[in-house]
Amino acid sequence: MYPFTFIKAPTESAALAAGAQGGKYIAGGTTLVDLMRETVERPGKVVDITALPYREIESGPSALRVGALVRMADLAAHPVVRSRFPVISQALELSASAQLRNMATIGGNIMQRPRCLYFRDVTAACNRRAPGTGCAAIGGENRGHAVLGTSDQCVATHPSDLAVALVALDAVVLLRSRDGDRRIPVAEFIRRPGTTPDKEHDLRPGELIVGIEVPGGAHTARSGYLKVRDRQSYEFALASAAVALDIRDGVIRDARVAVGGVATVPWRLSDVERLLIGKAPGAELWAAASAHAADGAKPLHGNGFKVELAKRTVERQLASIGGAA
Amino acid sequence: MTDMATGTPLSRVDGLLKVTGGADYAADHNPPGLLHAVLVTSTVSRATITGIDTAKARALPGVADVITDFGGVKLPFPAGEISFFGQPVAIALAGTLQQAQHAASVVAVRVTEKPAVTSMDDRQAIAVPSEEVADYARGDADAALKAGPIVLDNSFTVARENHNPMELPATVAQWSGDELTVWDKTQWVQGTGKHIAAALDVPESSVRVICPFIGGAFGSAGRTWPHQVLAAYAARRVKRPVKLVLTRKQMYSGVGYRPESRQRLALAAGADGRITGIVHELKTETARYEAYSEDAAELPKMLYTSPNVRSTYRLVPVDVSAGTFMRGPGFVTGAFALESTLDELAERVDIDPVELRLRNVADRNQITGTPFTQERFADCLRRGAEAFGWARRRPPKARREGNLLIGMGMASAAHPNYMSAASAVARINADGTAVVASATADMGPGTATAMSQLAADGLGLPVAKVRAMLGDSTLPTAPMHAGSATLASIGSAVHTASVAVRDAVVRMAVLDPASPLYQADPATVTVHNGVMSAPGHGSERYGDVLRRHGKDSIDSTQTWKPGDGKKASSYEFGAVFAEVSVDIRLGLVRIRRMRGVYDIGRVVNPKLAHSQAIGGLVGGIGMALLESTARDHRDGRIVNANMADYLVPVHADVPDLEAEFLDGADTASTPIGVKGAAELVIIGVPAAIANAVYNATGVRVRDLPITLDKLL
Amino acid sequence: MAQGTPESDRSLTLTRRQFVGAVTTTAGLATTGGSASATEDGVPVSLTVNGKHHAVVVDARTSLLDLLREDLQLTGTHKGCDQGACGACTVLLDGRRINSCLTLAVMHDGAELTTIEGLAEGGELHPLQRAFIDTDAFQCGYCTAGQIMSGVGCIREGHCGSGTEIREWMSGNICRCGAYQNIVAAVQQAAKES
Repeated sequence: MYPFTFIKAPTESAALAAGAQGGKYIAGGTTLVDLMRETVERPGKVVDITALPYREIESGPSALRVGALVRMADLAAHPVVRSRFPVISQALELSASAQLRNMATIGGNIMQRPRCLYFRDVTAACNRRAPGTGCAAIGGENRGHAVLGTSDQCVATHPSDLAVALVALDAVVLLRSRDGDRRIPVAEFIRRPGTTPDKEHDLRPGELIVGIEVPGGAHTARSGYLKVRDRQSYEFALASAAVALDIRDGVIRDARVAVGGVATVPWRLSDVERLLIGKAPGAELWAAASAHAADGAKPLHGNGFKVELAKRTVERQLASIGGAA
Repeated sequence: MTDMATGTPLSRVDGLLKVTGGADYAADHNPPGLLHAVLVTSTVSRATITGIDTAKARALPGVADVITDFGGVKLPFPAGEISFFGQPVAIALAGTLQQAQHAASVVAVRVTEKPAVTSMDDRQAIAVPSEEVADYARGDADAALKAGPIVLDNSFTVARENHNPMELPATVAQWSGDELTVWDKTQWVQGTGKHIAAALDVPESSVRVICPFIGGAFGSAGRTWPHQVLAAYAARRVKRPVKLVLTRKQMYSGVGYRPESRQRLALAAGADGRITGIVHELKTETARYEAYSEDAAELPKMLYTSPNVRSTYRLVPVDVSAGTFMRGPGFVTGAFALESTLDELAERVDIDPVELRLRNVADRNQITGTPFTQERFADCLRRGAEAFGWARRRPPKARREGNLLIGMGMASAAHPNYMSAASAVARINADGTAVVASATADMGPGTATAMSQLAADGLGLPVAKVRAMLGDSTLPTAPMHAGSATLASIGSAVHTASVAVRDAVVRMAVLDPASPLYQADPATVTVHNGVMSAPGHGSERYGDVLRRHGKDSIDSTQTWKPGDGKKASSYEFGAVFAEVSVDIRLGLVRIRRMRGVYDIGRVVNPKLAHSQAIGGLVGGIGMALLESTARDHRDGRIVNANMADYLVPVHADVPDLEAEFLDGADTASTPIGVKGAAELVIIGVPAAIANAVYNATGVRVRDLPITLDKLL
Repeated sequence: MAQGTPESDRSLTLTRRQFVGAVTTTAGLATTGGSASATEDGVPVSLTVNGKHHAVVVDARTSLLDLLREDLQLTGTHKGCDQGACGACTVLLDGRRINSCLTLAVMHDGAELTTIEGLAEGGELHPLQRAFIDTDAFQCGYCTAGQIMSGVGCIREGHCGSGTEIREWMSGNICRCGAYQNIVAAVQQAAKES
């Protein structure tokens, strides 16, 4: 680990000041400490923001508002989240381990860096870690890599389960800097690699995530997350699906579908949603809609199976949430 | 005596230490003045080192030295050259771990790269005969294949696997003048002592290696690796104690692996299911600088009656680090091909897989022709089938529960009962306690507990009065703690030494006019709770006679040697049964239940043996479904060298598993009737699971691990 | 690499005694002058481990795990991967189970830690420690401290309703010897007692 200046920020203004001077924020530490030890991250300044007050979970009539420093475990276990946003609870509890969920924060979760084996290895070529060095994964071991949202610069899979649920539910990231506050949809906040894979998110220098806001609705209560992986637990997804459906009087009024584990960003399936809305739920509809779950996929030599797996994962989760009949 | 310690399910004698954090593993030692050492390793697979820039590292606070010159140290690979990705090339030493880690990360190694070949499937990788495993033939197997009528001819692959014990390899080396003390993670303290002495060119007697606890190893700490030598070397150079702990990543190239393998297994049989011929052609990867062969050819040659067998084993030297034995080495690999093929044969001839095996069971070793010391293979098969409910097995794809297809599979297991000469000392103290000791080790099976039990019975003392010592090279000579050989070998030595020292005290008593046992026939003297008695005589304690003779204690060191094995073949047998579910659309395989039934001779401690057996099943689940060391053959890099990406089973992957042992003792093999268990209990597992997956889905997967992409 | 404390940061810095604002320190590098505290020696941290108060000065790069093992000589907590991928280093931080390898010691000033060495009370083993011995919930013993601390957390969290639930909530603790079913049995046994 490279040396760094450690700053414990007692207040928001202190944190923002330190951040504006190039400090790297740390809260749960579960990604940053790991990557600093691998020397992937070499911040000169680390700003501990755990004393900041972003720890509230507020459930209003129209939205859920979650402080950035809320621990994954606490958000997952919140009774309102369990009952009205089950897809969030499930995505969280299918992530990592109980210990890590006790440490990691919501803000940190959506800032997770990719679980690309080459990204993590500083001796390998990686455009995301070291722009311009190339992407070792494209011609290398890429069973776990993305088939959607990739570029010729980067094919790393976005690692967060929570972010898939948030994107499905049109959640918004609440940001703060010394210049003021901003609100950005999670789907826009997390960027596709394109030609600049090192620009992972729309976070300005010194800007802090203070929370996320998730609009509630009839669909959020009927929602859930399915995660498919080799191991039964404690593993990143090979494919996952967040599904939320509003079904009334035998008709799908609203549908939210996003997939994880197969794309460079949490991947919203708007086409699939359009095919669902206005129709009667049932096995045939699930099959017809999920057939488009991997539209546009560009498989690599090691991950072609993810195309079919993504479709089947979505189909299964539609059936699980919407009912098989 | 009815209250024998042997055979009772005692809790581990070191359990209290393990649940309180008191068990000391190698890295737990922090002698005063310690420097932390971190290895710098190569990032190419084949090259000449042209320079190592250490200036930046040396300038950092706390850095004591950066050693790049391993001159005068005997290492297995040539000096100045890089022979594999991850080879140690420098050592950074600093006052704190953080300083040493950082220093290591800024050392720059300059190399002139050479073309490297790291894949055994590369066209430039040339297979060569193994010097250890000779070609074998009996009858004319190729003619048998031509004759049929039933012929199966398939290829099988097993991915490279890493042992991944929980404990990181660690060495703490401290010199005191010319004397070296090493707290090390090793399955063989004396072997490591010898190896380090030879590598540093110092007398063997000047090196003491201590390892009372091993945090798992599974073979990875059997031989002595470069990092162990380098820690001792660095400590000598800097004249301070040095602690060197490998990172998890460094373990993947630093302490061996189960080599990747390619097998062709062709089998001919009659319509009655009797095997008429087997052709087994096998290849494994190996390092160019060091050949490692394993016994993957053994089972197809010896287990079933087949008049015709041809077997060849080839090594494929490539630019990789050295492999080594990993639980069930070779046997589990060969068994995967053989037992998968038998499952296919059973279906072809429409005979139940258990019955098929019973038709082909041999009553003697088919290689040597010698009978087995005890032949209970068929008993394992029958008992397993009955206890598992094998009769409920349905044809392939016939059982479905919702989205899940359910299937059952089974496989045989067998492993030679390896034994080695071993020594132990047993000491009776006048205070009524005893000590038994040997330079063996305990990586988890419960060596110390079994030693205590065997000694207690040999000495006529309660287990609580006996203390077992191990893991110190100054103790009596022991073989490597490996190959399932420990209990049979060390246990026999402990038994022999315990009986010898008991007999010595009995002799003192019967010759002592002051003893109530004076002139008793020694053969009639029994000892219970440390009290000697004989019919028609009184009784007295060990301590009474010792004290009269002015002794605080008496001891005996004995060496036990196994027989030459010429008259009989000593083998362990087993049968493994598995039930799996496979998600019909998602391809996910999950274990529902498993049972292993084993013949391992006498079971010294059923509780610990059960733990060892279920542990073998869990290891086999990993091999069958999860484990694969992913490599990028463009440069030889191991890309999943961490525990988040190299997958081993977690709690959620493992349901309650069942293991049982047939009653009985194999006293033709060892005086204590014990045979080995550790290797046996993994051997049939991947095949049983693969066969269960076939039974569930109708898909035959011949490449391990069986991941969901192979079943979509 | 950061050298010293930038001028503009000084408003945030203070000495060890003025513990009301930010503490700025440079890990591993000796800084020249400046107002930052303890830069030459590291960062002061005081925490309570197993009821005992410790005030130490550490390199800011030190993980909580390395603080325990190398600085406080509490070696019962083990390092298995140093990457949060095995659970061997699990401890209770302010009552919650965490991986001590993935957090910096300097972030835990004022914290209360419980490690395997502090679980027994008054010479009496914790029920889960006893259960581990009873059910033979280990072989090599290396993951055991982490399994037990995680099991204590699992019981406190109330995730012991069934074997399946325990298996999922204990999956952050790898046991390569494969003692899983015995560990589950031990957690179940201790959960009943608590």
